[in-house]
Amino acid sequence: MIMAKPKPIQEIINVIKGFDKVLLAGCNGCVAVCEAGGLKEVEILASALRMYFANQNQTIQIDEVSLTRQCDKEYLAEIKEMVPNYGAILSIACGAGVQFMAEMYSEKPVFPGVNTNFIGVTLEKGVWSERCAACGECILASTGGICPVARCSKRMLNGPCGGSSNGKCEVSKETDCGWHLIYERLKTLGQLQRFSVPNDPKDWTTSRDGGPRKIIKEVSQA
Amino acid sequence: MNTLTPSNLEKVLAAGHFAVTSECGPPRSPDMAIVDEKVKEVGPYVDAINVTDNQTAVVRVSSLASCIRIKQLGYDPILQMTTRDRNRIGLQSDLLGAGAWEINNVLCLTGDHQSFGDHPNAANVFDLDSTQLIGVVKKMRDDQKLINGFEMTKSLRMFIGAAENPFADPFEIRVMRTAKKVAAGCQFIQTQCIYNMDKFKLWMKGLVDAGIHEKCAILAGITPMKSIGMARYMKAKVPGMDVPEDIIKRLQGVPKEKVADEGIKMAIEQIEELKQVPGIRGFHIMAIEWEEKVQEIVKGAGLYPRPKMD
Repeated sequence: MIMAKPKPIQEIINVIKGFDKVLLAGCNGCVAVCEAGGLKEVEILASALRMYFANQNQTIQIDEVSLTRQCDKEYLAEIKEMVPNYGAILSIACGAGVQFMAEMYSEKPVFPGVNTNFIGVTLEKGVWSERCAACGECILASTGGICPVARCSKRMLNGPCGGSSNGKCEVSKETDCGWHLIYERLKTLGQLQRFSVPNDPKDWTTSRDGGPRKIIKEVSQA
Repeated sequence: MNTLTPSNLEKVLAAGHFAVTSECGPPRSPDMAIVDEKVKEVGPYVDAINVTDNQTAVVRVSSLASCIRIKQLGYDPILQMTTRDRNRIGLQSDLLGAGAWEINNVLCLTGDHQSFGDHPNAANVFDLDSTQLIGVVKKMRDDQKLINGFEMTKSLRMFIGAAENPFADPFEIRVMRTAKKVAAGCQFIQTQCIYNMDKFKLWMKGLVDAGIHEKCAILAGITPMKSIGMARYMKAKVPGMDVPEDIIKRLQGVPKEKVADEGIKMAIEQIEELKQVPGIRGFHIMAIEWEEKVQEIVKGAGLYPRPKMD
């Protein structure tokens, strides 16, 4: 799931303060799960903004809508009739949703209300953690199901480095050493020999280093 | 004597001597005079001089520029290269540059994370890791090719080294990790500063049992303690550093004005002890901002004069 964090409210205020009518659009996909951009967060953010502008004696109409997803045209099209009534759209979907909204309603300014962070999991209520760097060429089969690209701070492929201490990364005592986890898991699986095989330089063309990526599934196109 | 390159360090090791290396950290301003001073201080007492590559992710005069200067001064430089700041294009380019200037030693490192340095908001690169960089250098030397297969008209003549920290966790993986670097082409290892002798010996035994010491020369890392504060700082703050309480106690046991002398004495004792450890082929003396003491340690440990190779 894609994880995001609400932007500081002052940053949002600064971009919308010049408009009379703003449509605040949430997304009930990933960002709802990480409590950053779903229906509930739309309500909370809208109230906070209304309160702020009321205190400033400024009248800005902020209307709320929450879409099933902002990364699909059919859902974005649901607000087609509403959009012309607003000066700007404030989207609290992930970066993909914000951009797709801006592509569909190219005549309107579209502002992001969240910072999109990573692909991750829900560790516990209110705690989310990164797991995948979307490198485009999965190597989990050889690393005990733990990704060194996403979970080693230096994305080492033959790690761990010399800074690993008591299972923690040199960068932060809050962060597990990805390679320590890989080691423990390979040991559990009886696959430690995998560690002794050097991993060759990775082909990063499938990662973001290759430019914007696209997947085409012809069967689905028909 | 079987050597692959004109490296003085490689020759000293091949001749069966204990090798001695030291390091020079370049300045944070464009001033080669500082490199000159440090090199003149340590040069006559070592076989080769490492030049750090923006160590602790702090911007400094480049390792390559300083290595060229060291070569001009008549000493054998070891080019430290981290994969933090350059991708495979930049790394191979600098390796070609180093080869063109007849720099004959390289130390392949991944590098400290940028969050420790003076530009913590920088993007890192890590296109390769240290083990992969070793493979790149080996291919440029033995196959005369870049890693994309491009055939060069001349091969790179580099004696290939890497670092290893026997004190990092998980300890059980450290011998395997060294073996992996050696399998990739590493010929010498310079270790992290040693203070926990028992743990170090355990790691060395693992290497010797696996026969790794026969394919790769292990140079033991020695850093003299200058003060009790330094010992405490290293124990508490430096990632992967193992400073047993005994070390601090011993420094506390001498009058304040004698602490630095005690640190030097301890370094010399360590070298004497390590000479007896099977598999040890030399010493890497990192006297951080204390270069003038290198000669005292080398002489004190009976490692002077250094052998003259041709």
